[in-house]
Amino acid sequence: MNKSAFQLVMPLIAIGLCCGADWPQFRGPLTNNVATSDTPPTLVDQESIAWTADLEGRGASGPIIVGDKVFLTSTTGFKQDQLHVLCFDAKTGKQLWDRQFWATGRTQCHNKMCVATPTPASDGKRVFATFSSNDVVCLDLDGNLLWIRGLSHDFPNASNSLGMASSPIVVGETLIVPVENDDDSFTTGLDVKTGISRWKIKRPRVANWTSPAILKASDSAETLVLLQSSEGVDAVYPETGDTAWSYEQGAGRIPSTTVGDNTLYIPSNGLTALAPGSSSEPPKVLWQEQKLSPATASPLVYEKKVFTVNRAGVLTSANPEDGEVVWRLRLKGPFSATPIAAGKHLYLVNEKGLLQVVQVGADEGKETGEIDLKETILATPAIADNALFLRSDKHLWKISSK
Amino acid sequence: MQRSRILFCCLCLFSVLSSVRADDVEQQIARIKQVQKEGQGNQAASQAVQSLSQADASALIPILSSFKGANPLAVNWLCGAFEAVASNAIQQGKLPEAELEKFILDKSHNPRARRLAYETLIKVDASASERIIPGMINDPSVTLRRDAVQRLIDQAKKLEKDGKKDAAKQAYEQALSGATDDDQVKAIVKPLRSLGEKIDLQKHFGFLSDWKIIGPFDNRELKGYDTAYPPEKNLDFSSALKGKEGEVNWKSVNTEDDYGIFDIAKEISPYKGAVMYCAADFYSPGEQELEIRLGTPNAWKIWVNGKLLFARNEYHRGMIMDQYSVPVTFKPGKNVILLKLCQNEQTESWAQRYQFQLRIARPSGTGVLSEKPEATTQLTP
Repeated sequence: MNKSAFQLVMPLIAIGLCCGADWPQFRGPLTNNVATSDTPPTLVDQESIAWTADLEGRGASGPIIVGDKVFLTSTTGFKQDQLHVLCFDAKTGKQLWDRQFWATGRTQCHNKMCVATPTPASDGKRVFATFSSNDVVCLDLDGNLLWIRGLSHDFPNASNSLGMASSPIVVGETLIVPVENDDDSFTTGLDVKTGISRWKIKRPRVANWTSPAILKASDSAETLVLLQSSEGVDAVYPETGDTAWSYEQGAGRIPSTTVGDNTLYIPSNGLTALAPGSSSEPPKVLWQEQKLSPATASPLVYEKKVFTVNRAGVLTSANPEDGEVVWRLRLKGPFSATPIAAGKHLYLVNEKGLLQVVQVGADEGKETGEIDLKETILATPAIADNALFLRSDKHLWKISSK
Repeated sequence: MQRSRILFCCLCLFSVLSSVRADDVEQQIARIKQVQKEGQGNQAASQAVQSLSQADASALIPILSSFKGANPLAVNWLCGAFEAVASNAIQQGKLPEAELEKFILDKSHNPRARRLAYETLIKVDASASERIIPGMINDPSVTLRRDAVQRLIDQAKKLEKDGKKDAAKQAYEQALSGATDDDQVKAIVKPLRSLGEKIDLQKHFGFLSDWKIIGPFDNRELKGYDTAYPPEKNLDFSSALKGKEGEVNWKSVNTEDDYGIFDIAKEISPYKGAVMYCAADFYSPGEQELEIRLGTPNAWKIWVNGKLLFARNEYHRGMIMDQYSVPVTFKPGKNVILLKLCQNEQTESWAQRYQFQLRIARPSGTGVLSEKPEATTQLTP
């Protein structure tokens, strides 16, 4: 490389190394489980652990990363009624702050999950944390309280005796918070600046643990929010909550709809691929495939393939155009966390804390490394700073290149 | 002379500024305490909490004191301000430790404010725990009391292990006097019973064990939940009523279960698509604000003295003690509790439970007994 070419390339390399994209909410920046630019290590072992931070209490929520900070939620107390929002330095793992609040709604949960199950979200300036008690906390990135809501305090019949798990997402100036359950079931859009409801829509009265996804069909199309329930999927406008279109053939209540290449992949009748409609045009079913039925983890679209993980821990790769299975790889499950993707690899962590890295090939998937973190992990990891961030009840880990 | 005048002016100015700051803290607290449901007052509270968060450590005790009388939403806003100020004070080494300890020990303050003060204090003085916790065995703060109970359980276990049975028994009994969380009660009762003690858990928790019950009424296709059958209109324990499967009458039932569980499916019949009504009396010596704490896997409605208190249309999402806590104001004398319990028609094995447990408790979790417990079996028309 000559000197002038070196001078041109070096700043680009530096930018690539220093300026990783944020992972601001559940399933990443586009709610599709895919990192936009970061590449965590693909050959992982115990030495890949950059740092480990101790955690107190319980938490099944995933970490989010904004700039050089990692945000997490957890709960303490016998009744899990002390709600914590935590912040760590992404470079060192040092805890920067911990802010505590009291649950104003019910904290009863199934033993497997906990009150801190929803993953927080951020718009880059604020952190929004929700809990199974339907308390919603908004802090600035330094831990100063901006506003707080108690949605079960406001609507006492909005709860689920097994616990609430849906994660909120931010679209523009609206925080979308699903509160879907067997009784007073709704989803609300809160003003990010004040926490006041911009809209609140009734939702099917059936317990629902899925999380919303973002759909932007084209650069000129309006952004829509996909709300999944046992009845199907509704696409709503984030500013008003008005429905643009609905898919009404039923869907699962745990794994969530994923968008890839302008196609929706819905956990419905196995897996259903759907071409989105507009407000005047209903969506079109492209294919349905029972063999691709996902278990707890949501589907993933990556490198022109659609992926699901079944109850037996088998990762299946299929053609997104017709649902035809291309390859299968038996992994060590079971999985609660959704797989995430970057740099032609998938990262899957099972419930026992075994992180498995799979190279995505056209004809086969190949495991390239694993780390046994030896603790129960239910939370979907995050990718930022060319690293993976994972959490159990006891620890937060950063896994990066040596 | 000139110098002292200047000094005097400075002192006056400092005093004025200080009082302005103190006034400002009080003003911001007052704005925060105005937050109400559905985000009402959020904008003003947001400005106030951000201003308050910049205050110095002198604002800590006023913030904690203001928890008293604040609604649960305002308490959380105040928590946010307190933690921001406390975090700065800790970093600057200016946390008013003695004042916080004094605040914690004063049981007239809000229990959550005292807990927050305690957790803040032990961040800088871990030894405070040994000074504070032993005296909290009957504390109004659920969490401080829980720590005190745990300390006694640990002591009792050690004494038991060392063969000091009488001392262990005494420690367990003392622990039980403050225990309200089920895990701790279980950890105490098992060894106490093995040491020969008889413990009435129903009384300890305040479970109602004697009921009148009538049914089944029709809940096929879930239509019974919103159908007002005769017991909802008029409680007459002497009349026969038309039920789903023919004529039905009120009958007296009770349960000896430690946790007050009355199992309709086992003790009466595993009805499906059914509604049962259950009634019990609770005698109160005066007007009391307490909680009805219910556990059931079935849909339910509850009335006290003829007034609907709460309704919950959820089936088979588990059942635990204190699954639902509903605030209630009991009047002096007899109060009649009417529970409507609905079973659906699901056929899965996990959808066959038809049962409930109900207790009366203070917000702290301590069980409250009917003043005339013997009268609960003597429901009168």
